[in-house]
Amino acid sequence: MSTSTTSAATTPALELRGVQTHIGAYHILHGVDFQVPQGQVTMLLGRNGAGKTTTLRTIMGLWAASAGTLCFQGQSLNGLATPDIAQLGIAYVPESMGIFSDLTVKDNIVLAARKARHAGELDTVRLEWIFSLFPALKKFWLYPAGKLSGGQKQMLAVARAICEPRALILIDEPSKGLAPSIINNLIAAFHELKRQQTTLLLVEQNFAMAKALGDQVAVMDNGRVVHRGAMAELAADEGLQQRLLGLSLGAHQ
Amino acid sequence: MNTVTATADAPGVAAAIPKTQFDWRPLALLAALMLLALPAIGSPSTWLTLTVAGLAMGLIIFVIASGLTLVFGLMDVLNFGHGVFIALGAFVATTVLGGLAGWAGDAAGLQLLSVLAAMLAAMVVAGVVGWGFERVIVRPVYGLHLKQILITMGGMIVGEEVIKVLWGPQQIALPLPAVLRGSWLIEGIGSGASIEIYRVLAAAIGLGVFAALLWTLNRTKVGLLIRAGVQDREMVESLGYRIRQLFVGVFVAGSALAGLGGVLWGLYQQNVTPQIGAQVNVLIFIVIIIGGLGSTLGCFVGALLVGLMANYTGFLAPKVALFSNIGLMVAILLWRPQGLYPVTNR
Repeated sequence: MSTSTTSAATTPALELRGVQTHIGAYHILHGVDFQVPQGQVTMLLGRNGAGKTTTLRTIMGLWAASAGTLCFQGQSLNGLATPDIAQLGIAYVPESMGIFSDLTVKDNIVLAARKARHAGELDTVRLEWIFSLFPALKKFWLYPAGKLSGGQKQMLAVARAICEPRALILIDEPSKGLAPSIINNLIAAFHELKRQQTTLLLVEQNFAMAKALGDQVAVMDNGRVVHRGAMAELAADEGLQQRLLGLSLGAHQ
Repeated sequence: MNTVTATADAPGVAAAIPKTQFDWRPLALLAALMLLALPAIGSPSTWLTLTVAGLAMGLIIFVIASGLTLVFGLMDVLNFGHGVFIALGAFVATTVLGGLAGWAGDAAGLQLLSVLAAMLAAMVVAGVVGWGFERVIVRPVYGLHLKQILITMGGMIVGEEVIKVLWGPQQIALPLPAVLRGSWLIEGIGSGASIEIYRVLAAAIGLGVFAALLWTLNRTKVGLLIRAGVQDREMVESLGYRIRQLFVGVFVAGSALAGLGGVLWGLYQQNVTPQIGAQVNVLIFIVIIIGGLGSTLGCFVGALLVGLMANYTGFLAPKVALFSNIGLMVAILLWRPQGLYPVTNR
């Protein structure tokens, strides 16, 4: 772990060691090592196809790791089924957002709140807090989620992940396909989460967003983590950026 | 750095989002079919008799098919063995009603109770066998459609043979108790329309099942989970719910409903054969395809369309009746290739 920037270096919330994942005949992850420190925002960067999404899906148990260890708050995740991993307190927002389009915004939130049997049992304080982050959700509370715009769907997806306290939130490319003003809204919301010491692991292609939010960074290439460190270091070192990400940013933006 | 709090989207977006609109057109189609049949049949009394018969038949088919559409929607499992629960339910009913016939005697109340007992027994037996069917036959072939078709069809053949061993291969009479026989004569419509009492009861049970399903799906968390699981089961699991358990529950409930449907169908025909399951199987697959795979409302409208169509064409043009349901399916899929009420994300 880098020593300079983070004073509150505690035990990591999540630690991956030598994680390998096969999808069918394809060997996607070739030994992924990194840590997600408690209470910080860790960015997972890398060009398309580097294995970022596969890494998140492996953490969630949606793909099985064929080798290596995944450890969450001292407990091994290897071999656990996805619902059990979620119940340990890990929330996941997939790249597709996973919104239930035929259900209302309300029902999407009720499902995400495992303790609530119906909307009346939602934590109202927390709900008001979510509404203050994403007022659009209050406005469209009783609308089918499928009718929301792309940005509103992303807000709903994030709201589902935070509608009950979670120990770790995994978000796959929250800024994908969104207008800059909506991205700013999301960044503001993530800053608020950060203030509340939420542990976040974000996959991101948008370097400006990564720079604005990240405490730590891990950069992936070809199914491996090729760089780990403080986000501020990477943000300050253009040569390093160019070497690690230049290709991807040049090619995709 | 950016410090603005998240604000609502630009004005105008709100107006662009349409309110939840219920899609009435499939229901209008149902009404149109009934209205068009009236001049074609000519006599209002015959039309009323046929319409009630068609609705009753449709509702029985709905009871049978409702579980199948959820099983498919939730886990992508094509269960061609669903028919075996129909046959099982009907045969259990022959045993229970036969056994209770002496006890019930001529008392109308006891006769109704014995029918109720037969239905409950059929549901329990079909549900328990459904639980075993899911564990032994369906579970090893999750995600493998071709194998699902082959092994569930095989399961149905085995089930049919087991029924022959237990109850014999011949057709067994399943007479209606006296209290449910006969019909009501409705004066004033043409030469008087006769409505069979049993059909009204079957229709009422079908409507009751439909109402219970709608209530469960829309008002309970389990129902929410089922609807969400039909759309995106991976996400439901990522939210921390064990969808396998939910699926087993739906499979058992669907099998029990098929058992109940088998009793209703057997009493409707007043006899049962071991092949009843295979016969009804074709109808219920047509219904769930017409309705939109995974959709309960679609299954309901599809079942009514099939029931009405069978009765109308059976009267108007018996030869056409043989392929009327296939024709109906082709016509509806040309109009809506995903079925009447397509499930999003599928």
